[in-house]
Formats: sequence, structure tokens, C-alpha cells
Amino acid sequence: MTDLAPLLENWEPVIGLEVHVQLATASKAFSPSATEFGAPPNSLTDPVVLGLPGTLPTFNRHALELALRLGVATGSKIRARSRFARKHYFYPDLPKGYQISQYDEPLCEDGHVDFLVGGEPRRVRLIRIHLEEDAGKLTHAGATSLVDLNRAGVPLCEVVTGPEIYSADEAAEFMRALNLLVRYLDISEGDMEKGQMRCDANVSVRRRGEDRLGTRAELKNINSFRFVQKAIEHEIARQVRILESGGKIVQETRLWDAAAGQSFPLRSKEEANDYRYFPDPDLPPLTVDGPMMMAVQQSMPELPMAKIARFGRDHGLPIDDARHLAGDRALADWFEAAVRAHGDLKAAKAIANWLLSELLGALNRDGRSIADCPVPPGHLAALVKLVDAGTISGKQAKEVFADVYATGAAPDAVVEQKGLRQISDTGEIERIAAEVIAKNPKQVEQYRAGKESVLGFFVGQVLKASGGKANPQVTSDVVKKLLAGA
Amino acid sequence: MSEVAWLSAAEQARKVRTREVSARELVHTYLDRIAALDGALGAYLLVDAEGALARADAVDAAIARGEDPGPLAGVPVAIKDVLVTEGMTTTAASRILAGWVPPYDGTAVARLRAAGAIVLGKLNCDEFAMGSSNENSAVKPCRNPWDLERVPGGSSGGSAAAVAAALCAASLGTDTGGSIRQPAALCGIVGVKPTYGRVSRWGAIAFASSLDQIGPMARTVEDAALLLETIAGVDPRDATSVDAPVPRYRDALGLGAAGLRIGVPREYFPDALDAEVRAAAERAIAALREAGARIVDVSLPHTRYALPTYYLLAPAEASSNLARYDGVRYGLREGGPAGKASLLDMYRQTRGAGFGAEVKRRIMIGTYALRAGYYDAYYKKAQQVRALIKRDFDEAFAAVDLVIAPTTPTPAFKLGEKSAPIDMYLADVFTLSCNLAGLPGVAVPAGLSSAGLPIGVQLLGRPLDEATALRAAAALERTVGLGRRPPHAP
Repeated sequence: MTDLAPLLENWEPVIGLEVHVQLATASKAFSPSATEFGAPPNSLTDPVVLGLPGTLPTFNRHALELALRLGVATGSKIRARSRFARKHYFYPDLPKGYQISQYDEPLCEDGHVDFLVGGEPRRVRLIRIHLEEDAGKLTHAGATSLVDLNRAGVPLCEVVTGPEIYSADEAAEFMRALNLLVRYLDISEGDMEKGQMRCDANVSVRRRGEDRLGTRAELKNINSFRFVQKAIEHEIARQVRILESGGKIVQETRLWDAAAGQSFPLRSKEEANDYRYFPDPDLPPLTVDGPMMMAVQQSMPELPMAKIARFGRDHGLPIDDARHLAGDRALADWFEAAVRAHGDLKAAKAIANWLLSELLGALNRDGRSIADCPVPPGHLAALVKLVDAGTISGKQAKEVFADVYATGAAPDAVVEQKGLRQISDTGEIERIAAEVIAKNPKQVEQYRAGKESVLGFFVGQVLKASGGKANPQVTSDVVKKLLAGA
Repeated sequence: MSEVAWLSAAEQARKVRTREVSARELVHTYLDRIAALDGALGAYLLVDAEGALARADAVDAAIARGEDPGPLAGVPVAIKDVLVTEGMTTTAASRILAGWVPPYDGTAVARLRAAGAIVLGKLNCDEFAMGSSNENSAVKPCRNPWDLERVPGGSSGGSAAAVAAALCAASLGTDTGGSIRQPAALCGIVGVKPTYGRVSRWGAIAFASSLDQIGPMARTVEDAALLLETIAGVDPRDATSVDAPVPRYRDALGLGAAGLRIGVPREYFPDALDAEVRAAAERAIAALREAGARIVDVSLPHTRYALPTYYLLAPAEASSNLARYDGVRYGLREGGPAGKASLLDMYRQTRGAGFGAEVKRRIMIGTYALRAGYYDAYYKKAQQVRALIKRDFDEAFAAVDLVIAPTTPTPAFKLGEKSAPIDMYLADVFTLSCNLAGLPGVAVPAGLSSAGLPIGVQLLGRPLDEATALRAAAALERTVGLGRRPPHAP
């Protein structure tokens, strides 16, 4: 990868993103065909999807509901009355010769997405979010091209940011934040590999201190978080090199080729499509009324940023742990269930530590997700309680955890069964310690002569004599007391 | 030839239900007439004899079992070829759809079938319903049964000629700027352009989506009312269909014109109006006055903008609606398999060979009007003028129940007579406003010219008030109706 740092000394990149998010409706945006990833080609079609003569679109209101959740979650202004418009171009992935989209009257405007970059809060403004239908998919095989219309007509939200992202890192973080948001809202699976979330990036650079935007290039076909970063970095470097060698940036659309790690020009500004937008006469204006907005607002879950803040404030978690937990709604829910089961917020930090290190480590090792975690949240809470109560040592707890994870048994049962219960009873430990001291007069001499490190020897011997069950802290106290008094 | 063919659809259904005549006999009668007469007329693009006879037998069998096949039991109808019919080739009279067999029935056709009607076949029209003479059919011209030298009008020319010549009991047409009413007038039959949204457009091959309506064409007002009752009503598959109850239109037909306030818009009677058309319209107005209607002068001041407004909006929408004919999924494909021609070549060659001259002209006009930076000056401005035209009618309907006007500027003209596109566009000058305003319009015959050609008038009503227009049309049918059959349809 190019080292951008020297290039960025004099140049500032400015990036705007257009993100397409597939909405997880059961049927398509304008027809009854099912939506499903990976079905046999052209099996999810009907006369409307095929654009057969005489067919008409009818809007799937569920897609509106999902789009509204995104609109509310991003604090957008929502139009009570928006319109569908036709966007025209000829391509075999577009059965009608136009895409039903929204143009000058989009559903949402003036929203924002909040996220963290290097622990610092960052807000990117959204120009608009609008509804549209997806196109089909073309596969080029040598001289022939194959058309699969399964994806055609799947509802999409197009999210358009302002030109106010200033690095490839920020762009990637924005994408992650938006991805997390749509999964929190349960409106899309957001899997970039499956094309459920796709990104075009408008990239330009300008001399530092300059206000005016430079000429931009649009990068298309970016289909993973990693490629968002890579493609944009590559484009920034390309533009800076051109400008530094006295050249000019051409306004054009470029196709990102992930395999080659490069972008290629697709079409210039002059060759750009004239989409001939006009309001779709087949579809009445899209209306959103008060009760519908109310229902959407009431169905809003806690959003990621709010959750991170709460985990820091109420649960006392360090920001990285809070982010990690909030980065997966199921993980955050599991964590909170464990804290609830424990009953004491003060244990939250210990629970988070166990969850993030031991439990996630085990799950990752086994390729499992939190959804099919064999340990119920209550068991982890119980384990933390056993440690806090001094019933078992931290070391023992790891052993117990391994058993709990492997068998799903409750920690108390494992402790009982393995006879791991720690001896914290002072009398019992005194008895053992007295025996140990009596057997080692030489070491007692050394201790009294001021060699304090001998204390560790006594503690180790007591623990050994107890079969590892003696509480190390209690043992240390007892040994000190006995040595002082003997 | 058999007189039963000339009976009204309502009468035919009655006879079939009482078993005075079988559906099979009716279908046979029409098939024989089509075989004998349609060679000269050219109304049919497809005759489905086998399917129609099978359906007729099913109707007869149902009646024999004591079932009621519906209010159109056994009535043989035919369908304009821009309406899709399941399993029956549908081409919109265009080369680009040659041989396309739809996998579904449009709503209006499905409702006719559900009411017991039998579909005889598909009717000729101007390609994609663009034209006023049926001469734009890519298949063949259609002729007027009153004079074979003359056009039947268009675009529903085949639908009008077939009904006028009794080659079917009734038919369906579509009306985007007059395409039902103008040919109905030129062929001397009744044609109804319903309120926009009254009849579902599901299954109507789109020309201009904000203007298109399907409507009945029939020899009597009663039949037109009967068909409209059958096909009208909200449809979940058409988001622009109106959810309003459908009256039993036939009930109002006997009420006469007494008490109706009928407006005569002065803009529809220019000095240059054909004298015989003027005379016929005046006879119709006099007949309504005689029948007790109050005749009121009204003004629709924006009428003169209707033609340019229409010829921006309709082509703009058409250029969009016809984008789907690209050779990829159905219909004609030119430019061969990939490898031999680029994708762009395939589009160019397919659309170049598949569309006729008038369709191409409108695609180009519409594409021009929707260009980036021109939308406001053309499409948007036209929509604003459209709103003014609608407002003219709203204001007129504050004072009157109906507006009456000539349907066409002249009786039927000769094939080849109007070679300049603008002359052809002017043939629709009286019918366009009704579509722009989304109103119902009923065309009804109002006598013959001195040359023996039909002349029609149209009654335009308030939105969703087809009933009043049909009622006045029935009054005219009883007074100034033709009372004669076309000479070329014995």
C-alpha cells in the first residue's frame, strides 16, 4: 500500500459517499416476488420484475417503514409527502429501461451519522436518504453476458453524505458506523460481500488551506470495508501525483478493480448519462402520516453511540470495551443480560473482561457467534460472583470456565463436582500453616533474620499442603501472623 | 347474415341465459362474419376461434347445469391489441412485440371473462396506440365500414370498426388523447373514456401513464354502460386506480335529459369548424334542450393549449414507457448474439427495426422534453398548463352537470389523406382536454353527414360521474341516433 503521509502534507482529500443499503423486506419494492440471496438465477421474478408490457408497480409499504427507521435514527427531516421518480438508462440489468428512484422530493434530508474516529466523536452530515429499487446482476462470461434479475426490484435506501469526510480511515469508519446502525435498526443484514451494502465514493483533493473543492472522480464498485479504505487511498494518491506533476484531474467515473488493486476510467463527464428524471406517473405520492411516524419512533432501539456512552457512564467500562461490546447488538445484549443476572453494576467491568477475553476467545476459536454461545449469561455472572466471594481463585475460575463452556453446566456445579471450593477458613489454614512452620525451622530463622522473601516459600508450602484449595491471600496473612508470633 | 350478430350485447346475454341461443352459435356467427368481412376491413390482428368456441361450450355447459355465468354470459367481445391477454399473442400492432404471448390477463379483460364474456380475438390499432387513423399499425391498415376508402379513426380503429360492422358484440379500446372517442365517432358507435383511475390499467401496454384509460366501445349506450360496470373499480395492482363504488350505470339510462344543465363551450365551436359537424352538434344540443335539459354557454379558456400540452406530456411519458423494448427479454431482437454486435448495436438495431416512424418521432420528442435542464421548460410547464385546463373544467362544472362538444373536427377522412403529422394530431384537438383533466367522456353518434358518414358528439362529465354522461348519451341515442347500419357490413 502507498504511504500517503508525505502526499498529504500539502494536500487535503475531500470525500463524499453514496451508500446503497438493501432493505430486508420479504418481497420486492414494487411487486410480490420474494427477496433472497443466493437463489437460482431468475427464480425470484414476476411480470413486474421482468418489466413485461402492461405491468404496473405497487409500492411495498414495509420498505417505507424500514427507510423511516433509518431516517429517524439519523435525525433526518422526513417529508410527509415524497415522490418516486423514474431514472432512465439502457442496460440489461434494468428491465424497464428506468429505475424507480426518488429525485427532487426524497424521503429524508439533512440527517447525520455519529461515530468515533480514534476515540473522538465525529459527525458526518447526510444530504439525503431516498428509496429506490435495485437493478439486476450481470455476469460476463467471455463473449456472452448473463442477466440475473433476482436482485432487480429489491428495495434500497441510498444514503448520500456531504463532501465532508477527510480521509480514507474516516470513510471506512463511517461505513462501519452506518453498517452497525442498519443492523441495530434491523433494516438490513448489511453484508457487503452479499451486496447488501455497497458504496460509491466521490473523491477530490485540494491544497491545504484552500476552500474550493477540487475536481472529483467517482469510484464505483467498492464492495468491502477494506476496499473502501484501499480504493480511496489509491485514488487520493493518484490525484495528488497528477496534480503535483502539473496535470489536471478529469471529472469521471472510475471502476475499482479489487483484484488489480487499481481503478479504471469507466466514463467521462461528457459521456455521463442524462437520466431524464421525471415523477413516476404510475405511483401516487408517498405519504407518511403522524401515527406512522409515532410507531416508527416508538420502535427505535438504543443506538450504538448511546449504548457506548451508557456503558462508559453507568457500567464504568473503558471506551474500547464499550465500543467492542456495542459493535454487535447481540453481544451488547448478552453483556447486559449477564450484568442483570449478576445484579450489581459494579461487576460489569469484570463481566466485560470475562466476556471479551475468555468467552469471545473461545467462540472465535470454535468459529461460533454470540448467538450460539453455549454459556448462558447467568453462568458468567455466577462465575464472577464465585471469584468475588473468594470461593475460587482467578486461576481456578479459568478452569471452571473451560468446563462451563464445554458442558454448559452451571459454575457452582462445576466447583462442587471438582471439589475446587477454596479454603478461606482461617482456622483450617492456621492448622496447616503451623505444621509447615514447625517442619521448617531453618527457614523460620532466615525470616526472622530479615529475609522476607522466605514468606513466599511458606505460602507456597501451605497452598501445596492444602491441595491448592487454600485462599492465597488468607494464607499469606495467616503465615505472616504466625511467623511474627512464633 | 345472421341478425343475432346485430343484437345488443345485453340482449345477447339475455338470450344465452334463457337458452334461446347458445354461446356457441353466437361465437360461430361472429367467426363466420369475420371470415367473410374482415378481409376487406382489417379490424382483427388475431382470431382465436378454438379458444372462443371452447369458452362458449363452457358457458353453455354452465347454463345447462343451472349456473349463471354472469351478466355478459356468452357475449363475444374483442380486445384492442394494446391490452394483454393470457396465452393470446399481444403486439400493440408493433413489430417490436411480434409474437409475444403474455403470461397474464389484464384486469379489464379478466373482469370481462369473469362476467361470462368470450374473447374472439385481438383488434388492430395504431402502433402502441399512437395515431388517429389506424394507419400507424405495423401490421395492416384498418378501414371504416361506412366507406372502405376512409379510416376508422384511431388509435382504437379496429375496436371501432369491428363493433360498427358487427364483427363482435362489443370491444375494449384505450383512450390517451381521444383514441376511444374519435374512432367511435368516425365509425358511428358509442365509446366511453372513463375517469382516470376508474378502470385499472393493469395489463394495458402503457403509452402515456398519466393519461391512458381503458374503456368500452359498443353499438348501444346500454352495452357501453354494461361493459363499464363490469370492468370498473379499484384494483390493488394499479396504484392509480380509484377506490370508489361503481354504480349500476344502466339504471340511469332511462332518466332522460330533463333537469340536466349542459354546458356548450364556445372554444369547441370555432368559426372554421366543419359545417356538417357544427350542424350535427347543434341538432344534438337542440335534442337535449327538447328533452328538458338546460343549455348553458360556458368557456374553457385554456382549450387552445391542450394540443401542445398533450404533445409534450404524452411523448415524454411514452419515451419512458417504451424504454423497456430493448431486445433483451422479449419481443424482437436485432443485432444477433453477443460477439457479433455490441450491446449498443443491439439496442439501436432492435429499436430501429422494431418501432415505426410515428413511435420513433414521439420517443424523440419525449426524450428531448425530459433532457436535464429542459424539464422545467417543457414537462413541468406542460403539467402547470394541464392544471389550468383542469381548473377550466372545475369552474365550468360549478355551473353545469355536463359539457357537450363535437368529438372530431370532421367526419372520417381518407386513408393517406393526412400525411403531415401535425394534420393528424389536429384530428384529436377536441378530445385531448378530457384526458388532460382526467374526466369521463362519452362519445355518441349524432347523425350522418351528407356523404353518409357518421358524426359524433361527446359528453364530458365531472370526475367519477360517468353515470350522468351516459344518461345524456342515452337521450341522444333515442333522438339523433343513426338508425342505420354501415353499408359495408350487411
